[in-house]
Amino acid sequence: MKSAVLVFPGINRERDMARALRLISRREPAMVWHAERELPPGTDLVVIPGGFSYGDYLRCGAIAARAPIMEAVRGFAQKGGLVLGVCNGFQILCEAELLPGVLMRNAQLRFICRDVYLRVERSDTPFTRGYNAGQVIRVPVAHGEGNYIADGETIARLEGEGRVVFRYSSPDGMIDPNWNHNGAMNAVAGIINERGNVLGLMPHPENHVEASMGRTDGRGLFAGLVDHFKLAA
Amino acid sequence: MKARVTVTLKSGILDPQGKAIEGALRSLGVSGVASVRQGKVFDIEIEGNDRAKAEASLKRAADKLLANTVIENYRVEVIG
Repeated sequence: MKSAVLVFPGINRERDMARALRLISRREPAMVWHAERELPPGTDLVVIPGGFSYGDYLRCGAIAARAPIMEAVRGFAQKGGLVLGVCNGFQILCEAELLPGVLMRNAQLRFICRDVYLRVERSDTPFTRGYNAGQVIRVPVAHGEGNYIADGETIARLEGEGRVVFRYSSPDGMIDPNWNHNGAMNAVAGIINERGNVLGLMPHPENHVEASMGRTDGRGLFAGLVDHFKLAA
Repeated sequence: MKARVTVTLKSGILDPQGKAIEGALRSLGVSGVASVRQGKVFDIEIEGNDRAKAEASLKRAADKLLANTVIENYRVEVIG
């Protein structure tokens, strides 16, 4: 699996992401600077990592979404290429309109830095084939603007089409306001696009892929992607 | 030409920052504040003298970048 990790000024989670990709895909990911106009040839997976691109100026991800490389990402996604956005990456995908809705300020106004439980809603996507539907995983979050908001029509469509892929839950998979720390609508933690090739999520699975990190719940996302490409080859 | 683009949240969009400011004003003893919603102001210098052209440019700027039209409205004023 050939992966490309985008780097914008202010992104700070690209090395964690590269480490996870290197470990699990056993292949060095390409680091692609925002000013480039092309993705490396043969790219299978584009990853937009977390951080504070452009200092979160104007709106989180707003400026990164309009950077030169995003035109290439758009074309790549249009042709069915897989795109994964984590945290700031999710915000960038929404601002780029590759995913619907918007990530707004956490409802309680606090930056949240802790482990959360996510219920994996479906396992029939390339991103979640490494999990079982209904499985609960524990992964860290670190964000001030993770409150997923969309209008009624969009939420209805997302739910109706099964495009909510991860939801904040209790450790035993119940949806409960006490376990939805940022107040996101319908406890949405991650969604896919209509075609199913673009996924955005607020939590950081790349930080739970090695025993030394405490847990390895995040491995399934990356391992599933590697399997997806192995089978497609 | 001077111009100002004001970006505000659409009604119905939750504004926790506005609420926090409301609370702070209350604590400061500023009475009679029923509600606060926070927006943004962009003061822009536009080259040339063509008012209509300026407005069109600014509308484009707002649609493409300054406002996220999923959650925000904007107003363009060319001041002179």
